[in-house]
Amino acid sequence: MNANAFKAKDYKSDVTPIWCPGCGDYHVLMSITKAMADLNRDPKDMAVISGIGCSSRIPAYTNCYGFHGVHGRSLALASGLKVSRPDLTVLVMSGDGDGYSIGGNHFLHACRRNIDMTYIVMDNRVYGMTKGQPSPTTEPDWDSALSPGGTGLSPFQPLVIALASGANFVAREFSGDIKNTTKTIVEAVNHPGFSFVEILSPCVTFRPDERAWKGAVHRASVDETDDPARAARRILTDDGLNTGILYRGKRAPYQAHVKDEAGDAGILDARFKV
Amino acid sequence: MKDMPGTDAPRGALRLMSGNHAVAEGARLARPEVTPVYPITPQTPILEKLTELQSAGEFVTEMLTPESEHSVMATAMTASLSGARVFTATSSQGLMLMHELLHYAAGARATIVMFNVNRTPASPWGFWPDQLDSLSQRDTGWVQLYSESPQDSLDLVIQAFRLAERVRLPVMISHDAFYVSHAVEPVDVPAQDLVDGFLPPFEAEFRLDPDIGRSIGAPVDQATWNQSRRDMAEAMGRVIAEFTRFGAQWGRLTGRVHAPLQLYRTEDAEIVFVTLGSLAGTARVAVDMLRRAGMRAGLVKLCLFRPLPAEALRSALDGVPVALVLDRNYSVGTGGVLHQELKSALHGTANATRVHGLLTGVGGVDVPVEQLVDLAQEFRERVPENGPIWIDGHGR
Ligand SMILES: Cc1ncc(C[n+]2csc(CCOP(=O)(O)OP(=O)(O)O)c2C)c(N)n1
Ligand code: SF4
Ligand SMILES: [Mg+2]
Repeated sequence: MNANAFKAKDYKSDVTPIWCPGCGDYHVLMSITKAMADLNRDPKDMAVISGIGCSSRIPAYTNCYGFHGVHGRSLALASGLKVSRPDLTVLVMSGDGDGYSIGGNHFLHACRRNIDMTYIVMDNRVYGMTKGQPSPTTEPDWDSALSPGGTGLSPFQPLVIALASGANFVAREFSGDIKNTTKTIVEAVNHPGFSFVEILSPCVTFRPDERAWKGAVHRASVDETDDPARAARRILTDDGLNTGILYRGKRAPYQAHVKDEAGDAGILDARFKV
Repeated sequence: MKDMPGTDAPRGALRLMSGNHAVAEGARLARPEVTPVYPITPQTPILEKLTELQSAGEFVTEMLTPESEHSVMATAMTASLSGARVFTATSSQGLMLMHELLHYAAGARATIVMFNVNRTPASPWGFWPDQLDSLSQRDTGWVQLYSESPQDSLDLVIQAFRLAERVRLPVMISHDAFYVSHAVEPVDVPAQDLVDGFLPPFEAEFRLDPDIGRSIGAPVDQATWNQSRRDMAEAMGRVIAEFTRFGAQWGRLTGRVHAPLQLYRTEDAEIVFVTLGSLAGTARVAVDMLRRAGMRAGLVKLCLFRPLPAEALRSALDGVPVALVLDRNYSVGTGGVLHQELKSALHGTANATRVHGLLTGVGGVDVPVEQLVDLAQEFRERVPENGPIWIDGHGR
């Protein structure tokens, strides 16, 4: 597909990532930059917004507009940007702690609001940056120094929640599968409205057991659907490791009026006509 | 902290540990029943140690890891108001995220004890020691204590519970990121019996009890709101005397006295440093060097910042010609917070001390002893400015 003006390396900055060797996030960086090249958007037409965490360091490693925000607020920050600059392609990058714990509330409302942006969560089922505490997606029986005997808590179900809250595109990928991850990100960006891509991205330092994901993930055996009820039924049999696009909905995205109103008095006029 | 060589107080086990681990040991000894914590650098070693102690069966508490600091403080508040002793710890962004509930907790008279590791607020992002995070919470109604060393931190956690439960206000203790939080020093860990003797079990005045039949948080009329602040003022007004009393009692038990204001070689001083936190340690060494070089220098260290021990400050500075306030924080548009507070404490008194507000170490830049020695020499004769003076970081 790539007879394009831009190559993946054009989206990479000269900042060297400080992730641990083997961290899944390196692959996510490769996938998003490849996807940007496939989309053939100029880096200056793209924005990468994040919260805080190892995963959230990603904007600095790209050549696009970037905003490394505060913990948990990536979606709120991205919403402000997108309504002010609807012309930009906005990627929102987060982690399972950033996005589902402290930022969990924003997730629900971003799905509802359906602003045209792509939300990518690099899920390693742990707080990597703060050295290994269990996160909302951590398995209840994960026994570690910081969760002795396991948390016993029921894990957060990101895909279920995205679907139930109104996200317009829902998918899961594995960071090590760069080809499919890239393709899915392209699809997610091209689909109007709020697109959610959960990427299983191993934390090799605090969850060395996640190296086994490489052999355990598998493509979903069922095709994607535009029917939320079918998608919901499919999720009921989800083992958490099947990958691919689950749902592509038809909701009209949120319309931002900022630029219209600022630029065209006629639009304002029309809106206030009685 | 002042050692009392005259006492033969029993010593506990002297162990090498970081400031953050000393906080966790202090919390263990205070026996909180509920401990909600959300991790954040550089507080995390406190959480790690508490978890380790808990899983070893040495720390019996209900530990929760809510989904954010805002939820931590909400959890802490209801646990406290329903009768539990509650401890938590945070830093910087976490503390600032709690801001709404800091006001609420103090207004609701929840006797929570919280440890904060002083770290620069974003943006820009940094992990450096700077006290703006906690100093900018000065109007929330929390008592604020500042620790200079791992030993201070352990001792102050225990005393903070005694104080909070006595005056019924929440207490926050802070120590500097890395310089104290991660620095390893010998720490005397008192025996559990000693701490139990000092800190009786928490008898909550408010608790969930149908016989009391009270509800908390209802909207009130203007006069009642007004009265709530007068009640808090009355409680704050008792802090200095109670903290002094408990400090002396702790001194008899351990040989270490923590007074609201701690003076070092100030009796005949011609110049004093006024500061809080880890800079006090640096300033103490500078005082000794200046004395050896013939300048009569001294140190005034605030252990208690809120309420400000204003009267003690006035008498400590009485007759002292020059004071150099060292602020490792900057309130944009005004100056160092301690500088402002000290000036207002001295305003309208006969005190003629020339007060210089020096912004030293803002953003965590290093403040070497030699720099303080140079500053004392440079500012001894200067006419003070009303505003703050930026001091270049070491090597700049
Ligand atoms: C308000 C606030 N609280 C806590 C933190 C500390 N903190 C930074 S990253 C993080 C967790 C990150 O977990 P996740 O989003 O899963 O990212 P990962 O490091 O695993 O990629 C925490 C608790 C913070 N920066 N701000
Ligand atoms: S701690 Fe884990 S998530 Fe963070 S960089 Fe290392 S491997 Fe990646
Ligand atoms: Mg994570």
